[in-house]
Amino acid sequence: MARIKPLTTAERSALRTEVEAAKQLSSHHLLGMQDLKPEEIKLIMDTAFMMKNILSIRTKKTAHLQGRSVITFFAENSTRTRLSFDMACKYLGATTSSIGASDASLKKGENLYDTAKTLEMMSTDILVVRHPQSGAPHYLASRMDASVVNAGDGMNEHPTQALLDMMTMIEYKGAIKGLKVAIAGDAMHSRVMRSNVWALSKVGAEVRVAAPPTMTPRYLDQMPCIVCHDVREACEEVDVIMGLRVQLERQRSALFPSINEYAHFFGIDAECLELARPDAIIMHPGPCNHGVEMPTYIHEHERSVIHEQVANGVAVRMAVLFLLNAKRNAKRAELELLEIQSDTDQIDY
Amino acid sequence: MKNSYPVYKNIEIKNIKNWQTGQTGELFIEEGKFVSELTAPAELVIDAQGMTALPGLIDVHVHLRDPGFEYREDIFTGTKAAAHGGFTAVAPMPNTNPVADTVPVIRYQIEKAAEAGYCRVLPIGAASKGQAGRELAEIGLMAEAGAVAFSDDGVPIASASMMRKAMEYAAFFDRVIISHCEDPELANDGVCNEGIISTEMGLKGIPSIAEDIMIDRETRIAEYLGCSVHIAHVSTAGGVRIVREAKARGVKVTAETCPHYFTLTEEAVRGFNTYAKVNPPLRTEADRLAVIEGLKDGTLDIIATDHAPHHEDEKDLEFSLANNGMIGLETCFPLVYTKLVEGGHLSLADAVEKLTANPAILLKQEAPSLEVGSSADLTLVDLDEAVAYDAATSFSKARNTPFRGMELKGYPQLTIMAGKITWDSGKLTAK
Repeated sequence: MARIKPLTTAERSALRTEVEAAKQLSSHHLLGMQDLKPEEIKLIMDTAFMMKNILSIRTKKTAHLQGRSVITFFAENSTRTRLSFDMACKYLGATTSSIGASDASLKKGENLYDTAKTLEMMSTDILVVRHPQSGAPHYLASRMDASVVNAGDGMNEHPTQALLDMMTMIEYKGAIKGLKVAIAGDAMHSRVMRSNVWALSKVGAEVRVAAPPTMTPRYLDQMPCIVCHDVREACEEVDVIMGLRVQLERQRSALFPSINEYAHFFGIDAECLELARPDAIIMHPGPCNHGVEMPTYIHEHERSVIHEQVANGVAVRMAVLFLLNAKRNAKRAELELLEIQSDTDQIDY
Repeated sequence: MKNSYPVYKNIEIKNIKNWQTGQTGELFIEEGKFVSELTAPAELVIDAQGMTALPGLIDVHVHLRDPGFEYREDIFTGTKAAAHGGFTAVAPMPNTNPVADTVPVIRYQIEKAAEAGYCRVLPIGAASKGQAGRELAEIGLMAEAGAVAFSDDGVPIASASMMRKAMEYAAFFDRVIISHCEDPELANDGVCNEGIISTEMGLKGIPSIAEDIMIDRETRIAEYLGCSVHIAHVSTAGGVRIVREAKARGVKVTAETCPHYFTLTEEAVRGFNTYAKVNPPLRTEADRLAVIEGLKDGTLDIIATDHAPHHEDEKDLEFSLANNGMIGLETCFPLVYTKLVEGGHLSLADAVEKLTANPAILLKQEAPSLEVGSSADLTLVDLDEAVAYDAATSFSKARNTPFRGMELKGYPQLTIMAGKITWDSGKLTAK
């Protein structure tokens, strides 16, 4: 048997944590909340709160991803998600690089297969993907050895956003089971809505979605949520009010007559807050169009947790990166533990 | 690669089961025709024990990609795949490059098919110049050169007034307009059926009304003018109902559907499966059942493949960016037989009619028949052995099929066109 370098107690304990975590995950990718089991969501939540503790200590640095390479591949523009993943990687000690929408190969029309192979050959361990096409991360996951994290694909899913939303809800409400959550805005084009509906319904929340009829996918009622066309009806007695970004830049097909009319009928206002539970919190994935989805006084309301969501985003992404890496390492780690065990046995005798 | 199967002066096929009568007997072929007896000893005797003889199948809707897109398919490979699927005539749509909107392209296709020698090619000319939907193409001249019908296929004629002109003008030359019914504005760049799948997966959906509304428009124009129209690949319950109602009113409308619409639903798209991306899109189970109902009651006259070869690169993409379409020539009869005949929906005779006599009427061809005096066009199919479909066996250049691994019966073992072998599995002729 090949001799291996003895591990320190801390390293050994980290390894055991990883192995335990990896056992509970079914995949080394995170493609969507639709695929996750409630136990997996709980594992990510627990890990995220651990990460949040790490972020609150003075030396915000761990070595969990040391020697691992993470590439953030953002084929669509993003500020906070990209930065949030980038910071998460750095706090975990990973080597990171990024590709953006304006990078040469994408502009030259390189296809996704070639991009996948190029990244593969650079021994990427984890690939974080934001892409304008629904299913692009799934495509990459099926063709690469690396772990793929979906950082938002087209109109399909944005799982880490749903996870950070859940983390924020747990922080303020203690638990998600039994919560009533109103989601208001452009449901049609929203991957945040889809991920939240899958995720929240799985762990026992009631989700209501309110959008103008022209921004409601026609078969939304067949997803695990209640469809409302009236934002006020949706907000009655809820614990959480979440606004969704109206993509004004994509408003060429005129899904509503004017911003004025949208804000009047679908904007989250003081009346919505009145209808909701007195301790209801206000959320928004950002960036918010002030005065469209909600006026600034709601965005900055004392019950608004929008800024806290951003902070939790880093913790959740650290948790996801840590766990997926653990899953990747699982097989090798198990082997190493076996060897350690046999070494220890020899010493004991 | 031209047809290089040996040519025989005459052929005797014995122990062959007739598709219509179910009787076992002999068929004699001489000088390209069925004859009652041979004038000389048979050069080739085929013992077709266990096989069923069908008249040569006709596909009214294929894409051969030639000229212009030979990296996907050409007339040699496309017609070879057709023979492999039991077809003796196929009608290619005009979306080539250049578009088949002038006589030289029509002639080129017919001549190249004759050179290949695998299957007749009956070109469908473009209804409008460049399939642009603005000016009539040279329908009369193309008809004279051998174009059997006219269509802008995948680029639906958006203007009702243009469609009216095309129908009127083609009727004068005894040709029918084939309409791919899809209102482009309602379809709105959708990539799959608008339904639970598009909602859940965050894909842009094509509503069934995009198809229904244009089918209604075409039948009303045909009714007003008193001329005929053919509706391509009906995929919706609404479309079937509209065609049924139009036929009841006496409108001269015929309609086709494809094996994928009676076999698959939008569920096949799950997992972003681009092989299941096709236009019109795979619909719901209710639509699939309505299509079968339409085939049963005769609303849908024809089964066509919409054989649409694509290069691997054009399918191995993000779902929304992948091309529409699937190859279908070689799975057509096995799907018809397994899903419709064995499935208890159609008799073998009714199924074969939708692949032979009805297509012949639409394309103004002589109906294929095993009767003495008819052109010796036939295919021998094995209706007993179930084989999992293996895309690697295809003679097409393309492999874009969602039917991989499906257990099917009815694969053609031998195809003969005008007395010449065009496909031979070797099972029957091996010595």
